[in-house]
Amino acid sequence: MATDILMPALSPTMEEGTLAKWLVKEGDAVAAGDVIAEIETDKATMEVEAVDEGTVGRIAVAEGTENVKVNAVIAVLIEDGESVDAAANAPAAEPEAETAASVEPVPAAPIAVPTPVAITPASDPDIPEGTEMVSTTVRDALRDAMAEEMRQDEDVFVMGEEVAEYQGAYKITQGLLDEFGAKRVIDTPITEHGFAGIGVGAAMAGLKPIVEFMTFNFAMQAIDQIVNSAAKTLYMSGGQMGAPIVFRGPNGAAARVGAQHSQCYAAWYSHIPGLKVVAPYGAADAKGLLKAAIRDPNPVIFLENEILYGQSFDVPALDDFVLPIGKARIHKSGNDVTLVSFGHGVKYAIDAAAAMAELGIDAEIIDLRTIRPMDMATIIGSVKKTNRCITIEEGFPQSGVGAEIGMQIMQEAFDYLDAPVLRITGKDVPMPYAANLEKLALPSVEEIVEAARAVTYK
Amino acid sequence: MAKAKTAKKSTTSKSTTSKAGPKTPAPKDYSKSRELEAYRDMLMIRRFEEKAGQLYGMGFIGGFCHLYIGQEAVVTGMQAALIEGDQVITAYRDHGHMLACNMDPKGVMAELTGREGGYSRGKGGSMHMFSKEKNFYGGHGIVGAQVSLGTGLAFNNRYRENGNVCLTYFGDGASNQGQVYESFNMAKLWDLPVVYVIENNRYAMGTAVHRSSALTEFSRRGCSFNIPGIEVDGMDVRAVQAAGELATEWCRSGKGPIILDMQTYRYRGHSMSDPAKYRTKDEVQKMRAEQDPIERVKQRVLEKKWSTEDQLKAIDKEVRGIVAAAAEFAQTNPEPDPGELYTDVLIEVGA
Repeated sequence: MATDILMPALSPTMEEGTLAKWLVKEGDAVAAGDVIAEIETDKATMEVEAVDEGTVGRIAVAEGTENVKVNAVIAVLIEDGESVDAAANAPAAEPEAETAASVEPVPAAPIAVPTPVAITPASDPDIPEGTEMVSTTVRDALRDAMAEEMRQDEDVFVMGEEVAEYQGAYKITQGLLDEFGAKRVIDTPITEHGFAGIGVGAAMAGLKPIVEFMTFNFAMQAIDQIVNSAAKTLYMSGGQMGAPIVFRGPNGAAARVGAQHSQCYAAWYSHIPGLKVVAPYGAADAKGLLKAAIRDPNPVIFLENEILYGQSFDVPALDDFVLPIGKARIHKSGNDVTLVSFGHGVKYAIDAAAAMAELGIDAEIIDLRTIRPMDMATIIGSVKKTNRCITIEEGFPQSGVGAEIGMQIMQEAFDYLDAPVLRITGKDVPMPYAANLEKLALPSVEEIVEAARAVTYK
Repeated sequence: MAKAKTAKKSTTSKSTTSKAGPKTPAPKDYSKSRELEAYRDMLMIRRFEEKAGQLYGMGFIGGFCHLYIGQEAVVTGMQAALIEGDQVITAYRDHGHMLACNMDPKGVMAELTGREGGYSRGKGGSMHMFSKEKNFYGGHGIVGAQVSLGTGLAFNNRYRENGNVCLTYFGDGASNQGQVYESFNMAKLWDLPVVYVIENNRYAMGTAVHRSSALTEFSRRGCSFNIPGIEVDGMDVRAVQAAGELATEWCRSGKGPIILDMQTYRYRGHSMSDPAKYRTKDEVQKMRAEQDPIERVKQRVLEKKWSTEDQLKAIDKEVRGIVAAAAEFAQTNPEPDPGELYTDVLIEVGA
């Protein structure tokens, strides 16, 4: 019987990839364990092994094909004696796959399930009108930000697990080792507490380290150095010495990685005086804010999101694009309800606003971009206009970012509210593994729309 | 008391060295002027700490206050091995280190009393004090955290290739913290110029070394990382200086980190609120009588007739005068302006 060979998923967030190379051809005999192809994802190139033995009956996806969906049939294996024709009945790979030979540039598709986007993002007042924009992934934007800052300041270096020879666990530091060498792109042992402290010590002496945590879940091992050393030294020394350091890495839920790898730490770090906390959504913000973070003389927690890494956004083609830390951005202007979020949460807000539009609810979306210092003026200004507010975050509810925003609105705009401030958060449980439970544990567009209907009485 | 006996054993054990590493050097040959200088420096720390103890009792100093009395030879000898630009970092028993770094006793004492003239303008206190000018990087309240930070200072030296060394001090208690070993590993991996000075005063707060440490020979704590270590008589300033010179030279020549196990002793409690139930008065008295670092210098200079009792008393008088002036300043200097509450949280960008 013919066996389909499917496009494998090689990481928790992978949804498609490039079939880079076939190492077998039709008619070749293969044994289980033979390497038959190379698959390239946005993170790495990996080998695909045959699981069964047999003969390659048909190659369904040509070498060089991009955007091959996970689980698409890429080849058919036939048993001895079976005719090659048996393979012919197998369905071909999804037609949208294009070959690399095509002259048309293939836009990188967003990883998340595409929704009809009814929302046109408002232009950023920090980007001059008429600036040329280049579609860039968040991943490349972050890398470009580091490379640009390292080029212009010898004191900037990056350290962390797998940042150099592996090219970054999530490929954020790809190419940096080649350009800047092992002195400035430093692989560390798996010892977060130790290398965070070494980074802070180096910063106290005047260097400007970028410390990458493979994920912020692992920074829990290092949180003492971040809070007690990096954040407090400037104050404790009466202003004599601080720590110009950036701690960056993916934060929050990725996909199906369970309770210990899925937590959002925005609220934790935003609690600490002496830290700045940045959490961008799009690629332009990722680039402009990371450059600002590296230049900032204070310790900055830079929270990224794994799901966003592969998504493309317009980034201004400017030689030195730096955005101010501490300034929120109105992603979409609206009159009926204010949606406030940050990082990956902005995606929920955008999708919810699109759904609300169909219900006749005109939402304003505020992308906080920075959690600390928080741009309350923008939030309060918006609430005075819409008289309603919903906060959206993936973190836990108690003492969360939404709790803080709700409190501040109470204090500063109570008389303007026509409904209670509502918060949509991750559920008050450790992140479950099962796909259905994980979905339930995260905020959903439906919950946001429901909340919007409640506060607008529609 | 059995406890005291076991503890004593560790200080009288023979000097040990790791296989490939250097051996404990002979105490440095001191000239008359160096003996008298060390005498004065150690006396300064002792008198300062005695005064701090008094001011604490009078309510001028709040919170925690950890006195260095008994351990003076360690910082005094080590400091003599440094060159311009070398850094020093330690934990919370830090007054002696700051005085050894030539920080102004007035500024240190005023920080203890929480006044605006203190090194941190009253915002740090006894455990959190710094001087960028004197390359003193604190003053840290979390046991063991300064070890990673000091390793980072050494990383800076290596990155800039400035030829400087960082002295990273910690105690026998901190020696069991996980991040110490993470730091050891990276320090050796990258051959960072850091001297790990373990001030083994035999008690981690109130827990004797043999009750907290599976291996009490701290000079061997770097074995897993191929970091050499030597045991040093931390009550003899000449032995400390000889070891300090060997260690800093080791680092400066690019060989990476080295550990000095300073066998020392603290006479006072862990902090001012120590109940002193974990050791006998006899044990403390015996150390004072037989090992006191200041008395040992005094005996030597008197024996060699390099100084008379009266001349030594004159030094003591001068030191007491400086300490009294520091105490006077610390009591009369105003508290920080209330506006200081909100300063130094963040450096303003573009200011």
